[in-house]
Amino acid sequence: MAWFQKPTSSDPEKGKLKIVEGMWLKCTFCRGTIYRKEVERSFKVCPKCGYHFPLSANERIDLLMDLGTFQEWDSELMPDDPLTFVDSQPYPARLQVSQGNTGRKDAIVIGDGRIKGRLIALGVFDFRFMGGSMGSVVGEKICRAINRALEARTPFLLVTASGGARMQEGTLSLMQMAKTAASIARLDEARVPFLSLLTDPTFGGVTASVAMLGDVILAEPKALIGFAGPRVIELTIKQRLPDGFQRAEFLLEHGMIDAIVPRPHLKDTIDTLLNHLSPR
Amino acid sequence: MRDFLEFEKPLKEIEERIEKLTKSGPEKKSVQRLLRMLKSRLTKKELEVYGNLTSWQITQIARHPQRPSILEFVDSFCQDFIELHGDRTFGDDRAIVGGFATFQGRSLCVIGHEKGQGVKDRVRRNFGMPNPEGYRKALRLMKLAEKFNRPIVTFIDTPGAYPGVGAEERGQAEAIARNLFVMARLKVPIVAVITGEGGSGGALALGVADRVLMFEHAIYSVISPEGCAAILWEDTTKAPEAASALKMTGGELLKLGIIDEVIPEPLGGAHREVEVTAQRLAKSLSTHLSQLEAQTGDKLVTARYEKFSRMTALAPVSPLDTDHPDTN
Repeated sequence: MAWFQKPTSSDPEKGKLKIVEGMWLKCTFCRGTIYRKEVERSFKVCPKCGYHFPLSANERIDLLMDLGTFQEWDSELMPDDPLTFVDSQPYPARLQVSQGNTGRKDAIVIGDGRIKGRLIALGVFDFRFMGGSMGSVVGEKICRAINRALEARTPFLLVTASGGARMQEGTLSLMQMAKTAASIARLDEARVPFLSLLTDPTFGGVTASVAMLGDVILAEPKALIGFAGPRVIELTIKQRLPDGFQRAEFLLEHGMIDAIVPRPHLKDTIDTLLNHLSPR
Repeated sequence: MRDFLEFEKPLKEIEERIEKLTKSGPEKKSVQRLLRMLKSRLTKKELEVYGNLTSWQITQIARHPQRPSILEFVDSFCQDFIELHGDRTFGDDRAIVGGFATFQGRSLCVIGHEKGQGVKDRVRRNFGMPNPEGYRKALRLMKLAEKFNRPIVTFIDTPGAYPGVGAEERGQAEAIARNLFVMARLKVPIVAVITGEGGSGGALALGVADRVLMFEHAIYSVISPEGCAAILWEDTTKAPEAASALKMTGGELLKLGIIDEVIPEPLGGAHREVEVTAQRLAKSLSTHLSQLEAQTGDKLVTARYEKFSRMTALAPVSPLDTDHPDTN
């Protein structure tokens, strides 16, 4: 069953779409009242303002992959607590909450599947899991996906949604930036295409490593993308930030990404790009 | 007079008394006796204060305004240093200096963060917080080093990459990412030294190296203790707790396999005896460079890739936890 046919009552992200008496939703962006079925039919895009509501990792996979072709890799990889980190609560407790909410061990899904018949390796961040933060498991899984793409010479597509590095793993999480970038560099040398798709939001250590290294970098409309978070910048410069700052449109304007692709065109765009980039 | 940190207050009082007495007439026997007494008290107190530093105190030493930086180290143990400027795209970022210098008979490329000395210089250098053009200058110089087969030594000391509007517009994230990507494949030896503050991505952008060395009172972290406290504790006064939770000192990072060597500092910190510190660094650099120079470029690249690939912490998988297909 495709994601848009499933009852949204089991969707943990339904809080993002404000429900008005079942049939109708309220767009969090334009505040317009919209017909639920219409939103679901249009890939969770607001029919009034074009706002792209967040997708869960599963919804993203269903959107991109040919039906029933996705095979997950290494879903059993579990995070450790290398620093025995405790803030207001211990790191393992935070992990448990996210694991319970998402049914995942950590903040990324990797695997392979087909886009219009073409086999690709895929990584999708799950923002619901501790803000999609990158620790050892996320870094390791990205590298494993890259290594399999390298061996099989299949293109690699990474869909990001992340607040950045995972503080609870300290400097080890910082090293995931170096690690993923080093793996991408090997893929680059082997001339295997790497497409990066930036979705709302993508920040910090994820942007400053693997996300910005795509052969082609795509983004979803209005996605917030940056290095430093807007609040940190406002505190530093002691000024309000201009409208549209760090949105995908701003990045396109400044030459940082190749294209903004609305969700209904994503699969076709990726397919066309891979036609252009795949070895002849 | 040196700058004293908050936790050094007990030392300040004794040192000030010693200074006063020394000026007032040290020829008197009674004064000499008093001086001897004070000096021995100072030694004892120093051991007490510096002997068991907390992570937060180490952070303060790492950020000390008189902390020696790349320019002082290069001046101490290199000759013929020539600074090269600009990224050829936008500007010259003074928060990063780079160039070529002679070290023990060989030419090498030196690149590092420079926080500057004195208010004017510090402002000009943006307190060591680079903009994208700083990282792109560094990248240009590293590629130049590879082209002419020269080893690279980087000196890391930054609060972090600058979080500003212009930095975002010009692609701060891309500039850092590009450095990681290119450094991972450079076919020349790279040694990185964290001399003071290793502030997150802004530090790592000069840190993908064959050997990562760290001074005893340097820190290397994914986020500043203040930033971490603000986010996780929602209280910036918890920075000391965050500093220790983040495990960002040399000894701790050595255990985690993130760095390769801790270079000991003089009692109280590098700034108290800059020349001694510099000589220790020179000795360590000499050893590591000789080892790395004996290897081919391809071998260096493979080993560097493997080194960073090993940096991970995964929980052991229980046998009951088998791979299951994803169900929604």
